[in-house]
Amino acid sequence: MKKDILGLYIHFPFCRRKCLYCDFPSYSGKEALMDEYMAAVKAEIDQVKKLVVEREVDTIFCGGGTPTLFSGQKLEELLTYIKDSFSVSQKAEITIEANPETLDRQKLEILRRAGINRLSIGMQAGQDEHIKKLGRIHTVRDVERSVQWARDLGFKNINLDLMFGLPNQSLDEWMESLDMALGMDIEHLSTYGLILEEGTPFFNLQRQGHLNTPSEEVEREMYHRTGPYLQAKGYTQYEISNFAKPGMECRHNLIYWKNGDYIGIGGGAHSSLEGKRWSNYSDISKYMDSINDKGVGKEHGQTIPIEEQRFETIMMGLRLIEGISKLEFRERFGQPLEYYYRDAVEILKKKAMLEENENSIYLTPKGMDFQNQVLLYFMD
Amino acid sequence: MSNARQEKIRNFCIIAHIDHGKSTLADRILETTGVLSEREMEKQVLDDMDLEKERGITIKSKAVRLSYRDEDGEEYILNLIDTPGHVDFAYEVSRSLAACEGAILVVDASQGIEAQTLANVYLALEHDLEIVPVINKIDLTSARPDWVKKEIEDVIGLVAEDAPLISAKNGIGIERVIEKIVSDIPSPDGDTDAPLRALIFDSFYDNYRGVIAYIRVKEGSLKVGDKIQMMATGKEFEVTDVGVFKRDLTPVRELRAGEVGYVAASIKNVRDTRVGDTITHVDRPAKEPLPGYRKVNPMVYSGIYPADGARYDELRDALDKLHINDASLTFEAETSVALGFGFRCGFLGLLHMDIVQERLEREYDLDLVTTAPSVIYKVVTNDGVEHDVSNPTNLPDPAEIEYMEEPIVNAQIMVPTEYVGAIMELCQERRGTYKDMEYMEETRVLLTYELPLNEIIYDFFDALKSRSRGYASFDYELIGYQESELVKLDILLNGEVVDALSLIVHQDKAYTRGRGIAEKLKELIPRQMFEIPIQAAIGNKIIARETIKALRKDVLAKCYGGDISRKKKLLEKQKEGKKRMRQVGSVEVPQEAFMSVLKFD
Repeated sequence: MKKDILGLYIHFPFCRRKCLYCDFPSYSGKEALMDEYMAAVKAEIDQVKKLVVEREVDTIFCGGGTPTLFSGQKLEELLTYIKDSFSVSQKAEITIEANPETLDRQKLEILRRAGINRLSIGMQAGQDEHIKKLGRIHTVRDVERSVQWARDLGFKNINLDLMFGLPNQSLDEWMESLDMALGMDIEHLSTYGLILEEGTPFFNLQRQGHLNTPSEEVEREMYHRTGPYLQAKGYTQYEISNFAKPGMECRHNLIYWKNGDYIGIGGGAHSSLEGKRWSNYSDISKYMDSINDKGVGKEHGQTIPIEEQRFETIMMGLRLIEGISKLEFRERFGQPLEYYYRDAVEILKKKAMLEENENSIYLTPKGMDFQNQVLLYFMD
Repeated sequence: MSNARQEKIRNFCIIAHIDHGKSTLADRILETTGVLSEREMEKQVLDDMDLEKERGITIKSKAVRLSYRDEDGEEYILNLIDTPGHVDFAYEVSRSLAACEGAILVVDASQGIEAQTLANVYLALEHDLEIVPVINKIDLTSARPDWVKKEIEDVIGLVAEDAPLISAKNGIGIERVIEKIVSDIPSPDGDTDAPLRALIFDSFYDNYRGVIAYIRVKEGSLKVGDKIQMMATGKEFEVTDVGVFKRDLTPVRELRAGEVGYVAASIKNVRDTRVGDTITHVDRPAKEPLPGYRKVNPMVYSGIYPADGARYDELRDALDKLHINDASLTFEAETSVALGFGFRCGFLGLLHMDIVQERLEREYDLDLVTTAPSVIYKVVTNDGVEHDVSNPTNLPDPAEIEYMEEPIVNAQIMVPTEYVGAIMELCQERRGTYKDMEYMEETRVLLTYELPLNEIIYDFFDALKSRSRGYASFDYELIGYQESELVKLDILLNGEVVDALSLIVHQDKAYTRGRGIAEKLKELIPRQMFEIPIQAAIGNKIIARETIKALRKDVLAKCYGGDISRKKKLLEKQKEGKKRMRQVGSVEVPQEAFMSVLKFD
């Protein structure tokens, strides 16, 4: 039987400095653990590869944190290790996330040589002042230089991450940020609205009234203007927060959104494989201890009942602009989508939040703004 | 005159302000007289409902028979009759008192006399009971027994010189209390050969024996096989069981004048053994029933709805079951546009209402939506007909109303002098009429006000406590109806009247109330996908307006590296929140909103 595609995620929980909004498992000041961590990742690979001996890895995503805080050699070694351990497709999409302060021409050259063919750079804003206010340690110029080196070295698939709804950010500044990114002629753009997560410095500042984030109206305006603007520049929106030139969509992220199979390696990484899901310890030391003791980093695991898999397929799939393919849904769950969700679909159509055609269901722009509300209807 | 048997009986109760240690003293007396060994004792046996334990309030009265041998070897029977400690149950208290000849008055050695103490003492004096003061909690460093003694003498006029100084908690002075019961409280009398007259002072439903009535035989005697009649209802039964309460129900051959015990007679419904009714024999009936019976009527009404409309039948069954043991709870089906099918329930008072709601939620695992409590208004229409209205929705059209009357209570508030100003202000705000102010002692005052009942339901007690730092105590009784300028205040959400939020209020208060409710609802109702106007209106006149701004987005921008469970948890939480919502027209309203609209102070 032909298995579906498989993604591989490697987490690198180290940063030179932690951004003020970030609640992701990543730490600064723990560089001393990096070598030991890399060894643990390899040890985890040794175990995890046994779960997928018959499957081909279609995408690899090195995320963080800041993967490029590691040296080019270490990263190259790891990629070689991965290719030796798994059956990695010839055409695999191999992405690495990078922050400009950790990039130089030489490192990029090594990464290119190691087979990395997609670069995702954290830019976040088009004004140095905003970048700084986020607690980040690079400039717009640094981003531009990194992109230029990458181009020179032959990277043909580059993404930039941008954020809107930043403290004191004006609509004009947001549009300017988009222009700055577009000026670099990249293939892919991710535009995320700032979320204030509990436990982050930004969250606390907000609570104390020291964070002047734009009103909800302005924030939505930023979002609503982004799609048409990028569309006009040749980028198609294919997910709530993601835009790409034709054919340049991120294949790895599409696996998540289509609720496909992926294996996450490293601290705090999540895996979903054939109806089972597990997550690793996000604390670096606990993760490494677990690897050393048991060979795996798993903290929680569960089997996902089929009805929950159905819901998750809806939950993730509706993030995509093209929505959920009725054919794919039926092939996966045996019955047509309507069989399970007729009522929800009808109500949401009436509310003008969802539309359907012969092939798929998908959200309207209004439905996209209220995606959580939409999903509640599918939860019964 | 007492006969020889009666001379060895003492029927007594314990009265106290809440928290002054009534239940603990009762436990100690049971222990000392050997009804319970310390090991067997579960704390405070007399209060056997969980809820009572938690709230420290005795809801239903009970009776226990104790035996006591004095120093001379004389054997006594002591019947301890427990009384509810709250004003909501004043009538039940009065019937329990009528079953006794004496009362132990427990006063906290540091707190002194409180409003409830006084109310209970007056009740006991009305029933001509011998009152034995006891000063409790003398082990506390803040205890001031001499001051309390003086207070008892000054305020109540009882001799407190040799009042036992005790600590019920630590078992100090309990023997002394029992000696005082025997020496000071008179023995019962009553002609054993006269036609039977037995007072029902409580009852409960037993699955095997049917209703078991607690009785005090005043005259005559009662045994198994007797044909009996309830004098108020005329219902007749054949006695299957008579007995007394020791550890359990203990059958006896006969209950005679002066004794306290129980009777069972295959009675199916507690309504047939009404508290205060007189039991007599069918064959040789008494000429007159015992005095003091009255049918208890609810004072406070509220709509109770299942949060999940599908559980309506379960709610009805639960109310039915509670009803079996609680004759004072009334309920009838009603329908609300906003809340669907539910019941309008009548309660003796606010505490009673709280207790019933909590029991429904806890014992029957029901999730409830409760509307703001209301009182019964008397509405006289142009055609001269008088209507009782407890649900604002049922108020006739204003054009048809000649006039309206509302219930008035006489309230006694005891408060330290430093808070008198604040409390008087509160009473003024609540449309109170000042009646009297009396110094109980240099630092404490007894305020008497007449207040409309609808001003004290719900949050008056909280306001009283917060404005006196917890020191004020309060008691009230219904004294009648008074004409009043009342109006119906409607609340509109998104342009539509929400019937479950309507209120009957005094005209002068409508504006403040309306604005307060609108503001409160703005806080409570979460933003939705469209703008929601909230309006308060009297008839067609809008008197207050607030707006809930539209929600602009509800979406997670990013789904972190395959962490699906995190997003799912958020959604599940959101879903839970939604379950606590009621769809009212196009607007989702949280359940608490229906009740909390009355909370201001």
